[in-house]
Amino acid sequence: MAAETSYLTGARADLEQSELAEEHLMLDPRPREEMNQMVMEAMTTTTPVYWAWVGGLALIVAVCLFGVWGYMTATGIGITGIRRPVFWGVFIVTFVFWIGISHAGTFVSAILRVFKAEFRRPFTRAAELMTTFGLAGGAMYPLIHLGRVWTFYYMVPYPNARWLWPNMRSPLVWDFLAITTYLLSSTIYLYLPLIPDLAMARDRTTGLRHRIYRLLALGWRGTEAEWHRLRKAINIFAFAIIPVMFSVHTIVSWDFAVGVVAGWHSTIFGPYFIIGAILSGVAAVVTILFVLRSTMRNFKYFIRPEHFDALGKLLLVFSMAWAYFFFNEYLLSWYGGEEAVQRILTLHATGPSAWVWYLMLICNVAIPWLTLWNRRIRRNPLAMFFITLAINVGMYAERYTIIPLTLGHQRMPFDWGIYNPSIFEISIAIGTMAMFCLLYLLASRAIPLIPVWEVQEGQMAHSLKKVGKAHVPSVTELE
Amino acid sequence: MAQVTEQPRKWGMVIDLDLCTGCNACVTACAMENNIHYTGEDEVAYGRGLYWMRIQRYWHGEYPNVGPEFTPMLCQQCGEAPCEPVCPTYASVHSNEEQINLQVYNRCIGTRYCANNCPYHARVFNFFDYEIPAPMNAYLNPDVTVRSRGVMEKCTFCVHRLVHARIDADTQGDPSLENEVTTACAQACPTNAIMFGDLTDENSPIRTLFERSERGFQIMEELGTFPSITYLKGGGVYGGRD
Repeated sequence: MAAETSYLTGARADLEQSELAEEHLMLDPRPREEMNQMVMEAMTTTTPVYWAWVGGLALIVAVCLFGVWGYMTATGIGITGIRRPVFWGVFIVTFVFWIGISHAGTFVSAILRVFKAEFRRPFTRAAELMTTFGLAGGAMYPLIHLGRVWTFYYMVPYPNARWLWPNMRSPLVWDFLAITTYLLSSTIYLYLPLIPDLAMARDRTTGLRHRIYRLLALGWRGTEAEWHRLRKAINIFAFAIIPVMFSVHTIVSWDFAVGVVAGWHSTIFGPYFIIGAILSGVAAVVTILFVLRSTMRNFKYFIRPEHFDALGKLLLVFSMAWAYFFFNEYLLSWYGGEEAVQRILTLHATGPSAWVWYLMLICNVAIPWLTLWNRRIRRNPLAMFFITLAINVGMYAERYTIIPLTLGHQRMPFDWGIYNPSIFEISIAIGTMAMFCLLYLLASRAIPLIPVWEVQEGQMAHSLKKVGKAHVPSVTELE
Repeated sequence: MAQVTEQPRKWGMVIDLDLCTGCNACVTACAMENNIHYTGEDEVAYGRGLYWMRIQRYWHGEYPNVGPEFTPMLCQQCGEAPCEPVCPTYASVHSNEEQINLQVYNRCIGTRYCANNCPYHARVFNFFDYEIPAPMNAYLNPDVTVRSRGVMEKCTFCVHRLVHARIDADTQGDPSLENEVTTACAQACPTNAIMFGDLTDENSPIRTLFERSERGFQIMEELGTFPSITYLKGGGVYGGRD
């Protein structure tokens, strides 16, 4: 009798253990070489469908982005829909959208690293890569939207024959400096944790690839001293990049908040933009994780429902925070009592383009609030894919509301105007979207998208401890 | 070399809305004086006319007792101009000598931030290279740059006239010559609703009107832009009607 009980308990314990292993990547260790091979396999496998996507996206980039941009440079920015008084349209909307998305990629990775959130391990790189490519897309817009793009270098501080520095009072110069700072620091932050994985790839490839990886891996051998320095460097960057991220997106918001434009001139814009950026960025991370998981080989092992679950909770929190700031903007404007601002805010909800405003609220508030509280929805990758897609549509609508819809109804009713984006603007916006996807597709076959060493490190640190009759996952502090 | 004036002048304008009939003579004169491109009917209708000044027409009263109100709107040459600090390349700068806002076309890269930030919507943008049809090119004013595509432009208070007057005054040694200068819009106004002059000159006819008139107000002065244009309207204060 007693033996039977213990047998049953053992079976239940095994069952529990296998359930836990199925649930948590950290409790489901595989041999290191096997895992390395899994990532290498994902990296080196290309299907005809993959090449078809690469070709299609490259075509879109060439035609919709560079082709139309070239045409616009040759004929004039008039082929867009902008007009007095709406001088900024889809270009700046898409610019803020990309910068927002890119900011949150590094933010997610850095903040989870700093707080030692263990679920971060398999997807930090996917998020950081999103930052780099999002910035690549976003940073093009300050050039695309210029009236005379061939003179863009007037914005760069360099000694010149005109004896002029850029105007340091202009938020556009702050923007320029902030974005380059962020591009540089986030690229280093992407590169540092990549070094051991590049060394791993170096040891498992031959030929040209081997030589490239050997160059990029900086002679990494995996000695204790190297690991020590790498951890230290990553730690410094993870802490340092968080304030950088906050400052950079605040500066993007100052492009608007510094102006006297009614509806822009608001002190709430800094945190409001940051929250919006994080909301759209985390949503984009989930979208990308879904795509990676369903298209790349072996990724179902690394990216699991638990990750969608955890990110879903984050999304819900940020959606609520965003709603708070959104509400605050109205509250403060109402309290401030400026007539022009109140009229603009009323027109957002009742004017000819009110559907954008409602789309924003539905996508950013209604959809996440109604779905993300539910654990089963959060754990369903496909559902999360559509929810996060909706959130990014909503965030795009938010930027659209803030920029052209606010500019169109300023203080003098005689000069009100409605802006209609032209096909060329939309095509360039789609073009940068395609460029982002294309770069991501190419990168997915060029660098290990899963930080293998981080996953292995996590799996080493995790173990199941028996407390009474229950098995409790425990984490050993490694550093 | 022209002698530098010791004291910077501050040019200003007074626009009497009670005298304005909305005839658009100023708009036309301005367009001819400053080589303003005609962009075509469709573009103007879409809000891409390049006019440096425009007559805002508002209606007042209830039907059937409706009346129009005309407000000539042009660059207010603000003392604290919102367009200046936002320009990354110093294309929008304040001039020390005339105390007006200048637009340096060569330096403009076309971010259009200044135009967004101008509460008066006084700035217009060259969206395309506009063609000047054959006989019309003979009309071009040689004193004024013909702007190319991709740059912002706006009212300059006819700065070329101001500079000419200053040079004349300095070379002929007669400072009063400079006081006779006027802008194209003020010159063309049939009812003398637009008056132009030097606000630092004690004897200037517009100085009293600019500073002391009971009918005077400045548009959006609550924004702290310190415009160089005072509008006059029917007694009372701040646009109040008699």
